[in-house]
Amino acid sequence: MDAILQIPVLGFVLQFLAYLVDAIFTTNLPAQTLQLATPIALGALCGVLNERSGVVNIGIEGMMLTAAFVGFMAAMVVHEAMPGAEAGPFGFTPALVVGVLAAIAAGMLVSLLHAWLSISIRADQIISGTVINIIALGLTGYLNRLLKPGGSAGTLDQLRPPTELLDLPIVGWIFKMFFTSGPITTSVIFFVIVLQIMLFRSRWGLRTRAVGEHPRAADTVGIDVIWVRYRNVVLGGVFAGLAGAWLTLEFNASFQNGMTANRGFIALAAVIFGRWTPIGAFGGALFFMVWEALGIAIRSNPPPGDLGVFLSGLQSSYPSMYNNFFGSLPFVLTLIVLAGVVGRSIPPAATGRPYVKEGAS
Amino acid sequence: MRAGLRHAWSLAVIPVVSILLALLLGSVLIILSSLATQGSLNLMLPVVAYESLLQGATGLSFIDVKNGAITVNASIDPDQAGRAITSTLAAASPLVLTGLAVAIGFKGGLFNIGGVGQVLVGGFSAAMAGIAVATQPAPVAVTVALLAGVLGGAFYGFIPGALKALTGAHEVVTTIMLNSVAAFVIIGLVNDIFKITGPTFARTADVGNAALPILFGRNGNLGIVITVVLVVVTWVLIYRTPLGFEIRTVGANPDAARYAGMNPRRLIVLTMTLCGMFAGLAGAYEILSLGYYPAVFGSSLGFAGITVALLGRANPFGVLLAALLLGAMRAGAPAMQINAKIPIEIIDVIQGLILLFLAAEQVVRKLIRSRSERVTPSEIETVSRSYGETVV
Amino acid sequence: MTESATDSATAPTPPSAPAPALEMRGISKRYPGVVANDGIDLDVRPGEIHALLGENGAGKSTLMNILYGLATPDSGEILLDGTVVRIGGPSDAIARGISMVHQHFMLVPVMSVADNILLGAETMANAIFLDRVEAHRRIVELGKRFGFEIDPDVKVGTLSVGWQQRVEILKSLYRQARILVLDEPTAVLTPQETIEIFAVLRRLADEGHSIIFISHNLHEVLAIADRITVIRRGKVVGSRVPAETNEDDLAALMVGRNVQLVVDRGESHPAGPTLIVKDLKVADDRGTEALKGVTFEVRAGEILGVAGVAGNGQEELVEALTGLRKPTSGTVSLGGTDVTGSGPRELQQRGMSFVPGDRHKYGLVLSFPLSDNLVLTQYDEAPFVRGLLRNDAAIDAWAKEAIAQYDIRTPSADVSASTLSGGNQQKAVVAREFSRKLSVLVLDQPTRGLDVGSIEFIHRQVVAKRDEGAAILLVSAELDEVLELSDRIAVMYRGEIVALVDGPTAEREEVGLLMAAGRRAIPPVETGPPADSAAAVSS
Repeated sequence: MDAILQIPVLGFVLQFLAYLVDAIFTTNLPAQTLQLATPIALGALCGVLNERSGVVNIGIEGMMLTAAFVGFMAAMVVHEAMPGAEAGPFGFTPALVVGVLAAIAAGMLVSLLHAWLSISIRADQIISGTVINIIALGLTGYLNRLLKPGGSAGTLDQLRPPTELLDLPIVGWIFKMFFTSGPITTSVIFFVIVLQIMLFRSRWGLRTRAVGEHPRAADTVGIDVIWVRYRNVVLGGVFAGLAGAWLTLEFNASFQNGMTANRGFIALAAVIFGRWTPIGAFGGALFFMVWEALGIAIRSNPPPGDLGVFLSGLQSSYPSMYNNFFGSLPFVLTLIVLAGVVGRSIPPAATGRPYVKEGAS
Repeated sequence: MRAGLRHAWSLAVIPVVSILLALLLGSVLIILSSLATQGSLNLMLPVVAYESLLQGATGLSFIDVKNGAITVNASIDPDQAGRAITSTLAAASPLVLTGLAVAIGFKGGLFNIGGVGQVLVGGFSAAMAGIAVATQPAPVAVTVALLAGVLGGAFYGFIPGALKALTGAHEVVTTIMLNSVAAFVIIGLVNDIFKITGPTFARTADVGNAALPILFGRNGNLGIVITVVLVVVTWVLIYRTPLGFEIRTVGANPDAARYAGMNPRRLIVLTMTLCGMFAGLAGAYEILSLGYYPAVFGSSLGFAGITVALLGRANPFGVLLAALLLGAMRAGAPAMQINAKIPIEIIDVIQGLILLFLAAEQVVRKLIRSRSERVTPSEIETVSRSYGETVV
Repeated sequence: MTESATDSATAPTPPSAPAPALEMRGISKRYPGVVANDGIDLDVRPGEIHALLGENGAGKSTLMNILYGLATPDSGEILLDGTVVRIGGPSDAIARGISMVHQHFMLVPVMSVADNILLGAETMANAIFLDRVEAHRRIVELGKRFGFEIDPDVKVGTLSVGWQQRVEILKSLYRQARILVLDEPTAVLTPQETIEIFAVLRRLADEGHSIIFISHNLHEVLAIADRITVIRRGKVVGSRVPAETNEDDLAALMVGRNVQLVVDRGESHPAGPTLIVKDLKVADDRGTEALKGVTFEVRAGEILGVAGVAGNGQEELVEALTGLRKPTSGTVSLGGTDVTGSGPRELQQRGMSFVPGDRHKYGLVLSFPLSDNLVLTQYDEAPFVRGLLRNDAAIDAWAKEAIAQYDIRTPSADVSASTLSGGNQQKAVVAREFSRKLSVLVLDQPTRGLDVGSIEFIHRQVVAKRDEGAAILLVSAELDEVLELSDRIAVMYRGEIVALVDGPTAEREEVGLLMAAGRRAIPPVETGPPADSAAAVSS
């Protein structure tokens, strides 16, 4: 066995696989992945809701950023007003409750702008998304500089299931992955399942899909296309808002300019990767972010043997490139996946096209 | 003549009104900001801010502010005006280039959001080549470095073009991904390999003779001249050559282009490459003006190019005018920050607002009861449609 | 229990007709520049199939859009069972038992039959979720009641058009519609499918449904309708019972004049073959073989017409010949050179001109000026290009010439093509394609949707091109057009050429039968349009 692991390249690959299996089953790599994938998955749910009803949303990034800023500021204001407030379950202080709600409201509000631009006045949907991204970046950057918020309202707590539960075989692993992070991260799996069921089994889902595929057909059976689209886009804002709240109220305790760091765009790719289904998009988010989690795992707990020596050597000689390699992997993977998959995955047919009622001008 | 003027006005009215509305909304924001910076609402702050902006961009001054009192006093300092206008031109030139990088894409039915990455790659390529030829005679060094920048950008535009042509991957998503990849890779390279010891921040060596020669004023360099020439060349290319006709046909109706014997796949690759060349040149312009490549070369040029292209109706001369306006804002912003204590980021907000009103042009048009022509290029429909289906 | 369509058509209307289920009184609707409906009166009785006959653009669709709430009339009123109602939108119409089967099916291809039927009239298990089990049961039951079995789980996109139409009808029945409007329901059907659908419609009428059948096809109207209302230019010009009328009478009413639109085409003097097609096989978008090996040749100086019901492989044939689609096997040779699989550019250089069937998709760039459109396929050839640049003077000169020569009505050559009428747009395409140096001319639906004047003009140009020695392939869904122009006629049926007949001596009925059944014998069905048309002619 050792002899095989000594072979160059193949040895590395085998060592790496062994490390990977080990990491998946014994370390917190799965939980870390889920955590990093949370904003991507939430953003992707926003994208699924939009595009299933026929609206392209490339403004997820801007919605998340706005929500992150608004949520953070709202929490700060409440925190300063009542600094000693008791924390409830999951570390929810009044400030954090207000912060999360404000982030969701901000996400919905920006979504409403997107809905108005792309549904009501039939501006180009891709331009509308771009406008939102540019304004969000500019406005949050401006206000952040102007208001110079110092301090923080803290973050939401991680869940701590009883250790007896975590030690159980299989069940313990599942619990470790899904129930050892903050409440927003934990909620993702719930939203994914609910939306998946709703989209394919409920009246709302049926109408949403019809409007995204063939709005005129929906119109002729008396469905209000405009209203269905508005409702979906604004509902999508809830998830973009939650993703923003995750950034400043759960994962970090501060706001930095442009801190979404293109997560909204990876979310868009996860939508395509998941073929416009909530579960598929969630899988895409996990796939894109597992690599960054792996990078963190390797740094804190390098694999044994030659591979570990090699990786540690790389890290000390080229620290910046080493880190940036893992940072850029989601984007490179997205590109590869898009190039390989998109030709065969077909979005809802009416995506990107404003709906004009027959006879209306 | 009168008909010509009326036509020009019908083209310009929506952009002009959008700019005015954005400035108006910006002034509301400035007034509200005074609550944070001065503790009370200062209704005159927008006047001070915009006047400083104007003065910083052109040297024209209309008011004096002393101890909070404002007196009207129109004046112009010729020296300052010269410096200010040169700065405006220097700031506008790369915006023209990134604006063209988006506008040419629009004409071909493509949305190039990859300006950010193409600027980075172009700038980095120019820096690498410039360092290599730093001691060569200036004409050789400058030419080599600029060409390297153009080629770097071309390469980075070619990738999304080829991906779209071959696999149907939409350029809106792929270019955004490539922006991030470029940023990560180049920062890593500069920090770990090309960093020189000495400066307090991570940067490459100097480009020496490859630095763009100053032709006038403090920073009026060769790049400005090249940019103006390129505006004319681009216009001729798009509207006066068969190739431009092919690009526009693919942009307006890819099916008709195929029917007419054109090759939409080839043209998509070509158009994206062309876009990348312009953005790459913008990056080269920035780096060869600066003289080295800093690791934190974060550039908003790429995104500003979208505003420039839309504001300029995707027409090369319109792009030139739009870039002059945005360049003036960039050149004047430092003066505004000093005089009005308003964070420089306000110009990003105003740019975003201009874009918002352009996107909402239907509403703007109703507001001013105008029947002017559409601002958004009609080819954008091809962009959105291709999101839902493979066009070629 | 079903009465045959022919029998019911010849049966006289009972004198004591029941009260109408639907009445439309004095309906008028104006659009800018057009009076679409001008005081139209229409009444439909329960259990009646009422045909609404008229040319394209006569105002039938507008009237039905008003009934379905998609358009608001300027004046007039709608009565259901004698009560005046206001129909504000499709949901209003549906609630009142009115349902519409659109010409372009309003079905979502990627969704199942059941989901399409449920949409907007969902059977719910509770406040949130659909009750798919109950829905399945009801759909299967409804289908059985009207004589067909349908699997509710099948994706609509995989069904043939005939079955898609049944899904549309089921959609109406699921909503318990009493009044069904069918807009040109047979345009996309094969004759066999048409007969089947007619049987379904007759059953529906027997159960008491009222059916409004919109058509411009005289044979079908005579075959299926209990009463016929003819509309011309927005006005009702007459009402007939099939037993008391015939095709000539209806045609005169519909068109308004007894003019036969026959171009004096003279005799053809064909030379050697220019376009030779051998065993050409072509797959459609879904990968199924749409063209199953066709062989034919077109000689210089003749018009070969291709007749067939839409969807029998004509589209794929045209696309393969013009380089827009790659054939899977077989050969095409043009002027003695093998051009199999060549792209549009190479074919154009070898002398092929092509007037595409969809002028908005292929033929024109609507946002471009007319002048640019007139050089769309010649933009890089002399004299329109000089050195590296376009030669605008030459383009303008040619545009002026084309506008005059082809009678294109436009304020100038600089206006965008989108501002021209359909007829003038088509003339622009014809001007461009006919003016090239050409040896082969492929015409796909060259006069679809055009006014009579434009049709005559284009037909004359086609004959002139033939007489200049061009080899012309004419593909048209209008059998009359094919009969009128062709020197020889190839009949296509299910991706094959089933017969080649001489043009000038071809009998309409014979070609129609070939199109319908792929053979000359009368198909073994109870009733149908071919049998009826024979009856109508003899009467």
